[in-house]
Amino acid sequence: MLPFDQLVVQIVNGLVNGMILALVASGLTLIFGIMDIVNFAHGDLFMLGAYIGTTVFFTTGNFWAALVGSVLAMALLGAVLQTTALRPLIGRDPLTTILATFGISLILQNYALWQYGPVPRRIVEPVSGHFQLFYVDYPWYRILVAVLSAAIIGGLYLFMKFGKHGIWIRATTQDRVMAAAMGIPVPWVHTVVFAIGASMAAASGVLFGPTVGVNHAMGFDFTLKAFVVVVVGGMGNLGGSILASIFISLLESLATIWVSPAQAIIVSFVALIVTLLVRPTGLFVPTPK
Amino acid sequence: MSTVAPPPMTSMRALDSRATAERPSRAYWAGFVVVVAALAVAPLVLPPFWQRFVTEILIWGLLAMSADILIGYTGMVSFGHSAFFGLGLYGAAAALLWAPGPGWLASVWGVTPKLWAAMAAGLVAAALVAVFVAFFSTRLRDIYFAISTLVFSQIFYVIIFTWTDVTGGENGLTFRQPPFEIPGLLAVRFSGDGIHWFVLAVVVTSYLLLRRVTQSPFGMVLQSIRENEPRTRAIGYHVERYKIVAVMLSGLFAGLAGVLYALQNKFAAPDFVLFLISGETVIFTVMGGMGTLVGPVAGAAFFLLMKEVFSRIFYEYYLIPVGLIFTLMVIFVPQGLLGFARRALNR
Repeated sequence: MLPFDQLVVQIVNGLVNGMILALVASGLTLIFGIMDIVNFAHGDLFMLGAYIGTTVFFTTGNFWAALVGSVLAMALLGAVLQTTALRPLIGRDPLTTILATFGISLILQNYALWQYGPVPRRIVEPVSGHFQLFYVDYPWYRILVAVLSAAIIGGLYLFMKFGKHGIWIRATTQDRVMAAAMGIPVPWVHTVVFAIGASMAAASGVLFGPTVGVNHAMGFDFTLKAFVVVVVGGMGNLGGSILASIFISLLESLATIWVSPAQAIIVSFVALIVTLLVRPTGLFVPTPK
Repeated sequence: MSTVAPPPMTSMRALDSRATAERPSRAYWAGFVVVVAALAVAPLVLPPFWQRFVTEILIWGLLAMSADILIGYTGMVSFGHSAFFGLGLYGAAAALLWAPGPGWLASVWGVTPKLWAAMAAGLVAAALVAVFVAFFSTRLRDIYFAISTLVFSQIFYVIIFTWTDVTGGENGLTFRQPPFEIPGLLAVRFSGDGIHWFVLAVVVTSYLLLRRVTQSPFGMVLQSIRENEPRTRAIGYHVERYKIVAVMLSGLFAGLAGVLYALQNKFAAPDFVLFLISGETVIFTVMGGMGTLVGPVAGAAFFLLMKEVFSRIFYEYYLIPVGLIFTLMVIFVPQGLLGFARRALNR
């Protein structure tokens, strides 16, 4: 006895959330694939990006300026974080990167609390229209967010596939030593990849900002979700993590038909555990030979 | 264990030093007695605030010590210790709130030993969670193990946070402190000093037990899993079984820490199941020195002291300097505060 209209609304919701999550997760998976760094602070980069977005938005009044400003600022911060905190850890156990980025996450989260206070802030959406989707007025802005996220991910894909520096990045992923031998500046590739990951997190933060309030604790939820997605999609696999983002978000959206949103998150955790037990290499990647 | 004849002095000096290092040195036990005596006297000389502070260090130290069994000795970083701690806490709370009143056990013992009922309930709750987590998570390694333990602890957090009817949801549960009882012998109310001594006794006993475990053949297998898992398997050890037991042991002692926290603070709240507690546990262990058992307690003391000092300067933003110091320690002092004494402490 599934109401058809509810189902459609939740599927649209799931797709939109999935695209935002994909934007966060693809940055995380890029960083993991290249540097073996499990970035525990990724959600906090997302959160800080959203906050920087609010600052730029309140000074300029322009949403697009906020998006660009936040992306640039977070790329810079990402580069600084990578060179200062993570570069010394290259070659050590990947678990030490969890510890270091966990420390960074504590710093960023409490910095945001100190700087912006506990009251959530809002960015006003640039497109305010709605359209009728069964029983709800669905905002066009959310559709725009999904499209923009897809465009950014598509841009990243094209860059990685055809751009000269994208090929450098892929070469470094495959074989760090060989890439260095061919004259690719591997340490700089690492820095740039972390900066790209951070700026993608910032972009999704600013895009997500108008749909909910921006607060200092929103990062952890996204860190956790992005982890789930990256593992379900196959660690370090870009296409897999995008598909997994959509899959997980759809599961959660559909679960909210029956349970509260707070409980719906358990569904994605269960999906993760099942994946880890049945197919630890990831659901959306070809079977490794 | 030390039935092997010591090899000739000249050829194998390294092995020889290990053979003589089998027995704990007199200096170690002297240090042990001094520290325990200092902790026992602490409540008599310290003002009430610092007295509570020392008790809390012991409780968090026990939690970190239990995590060290996994992180330091078996090489599995658990980001889910809050689940064991929290279930110990809620288990004890449940026993104190809803255990059958006088009359049920009274007919047998003459009293209702609420204290022991709370301990038993907390340990059983933590053990059940540990079985669950151990069964699934030990199939995974490294980062995957860490993420799966984190996810399990979040599952328990969501359940406790949303199951308001039983757990009190966000408000948690408050209850009365049970008296200290030895059935048939005595029953006295805990004084401030009393609870400290009780906690101290439990923590010291746990430390000696865990120390014994890490030095037993079982503990040696755990350390060999940390050093080289495929090789341990090749020698013929059933690695998965050892890991499952390690997680359960660790979970049980983490649950015990939860019970002690319940007894000291007389409330249970979902915040204690939140992953932040797991994160702090890992911080204690890494800061103090993995693989030393005492190190994590020192780490807990160091962290709580930093928290105390910095929260007077930076108020609620104390985690900014603490996070900074932690990150710097991970980069520059990965062996932790007591890491330099690792060999001496494990004798």
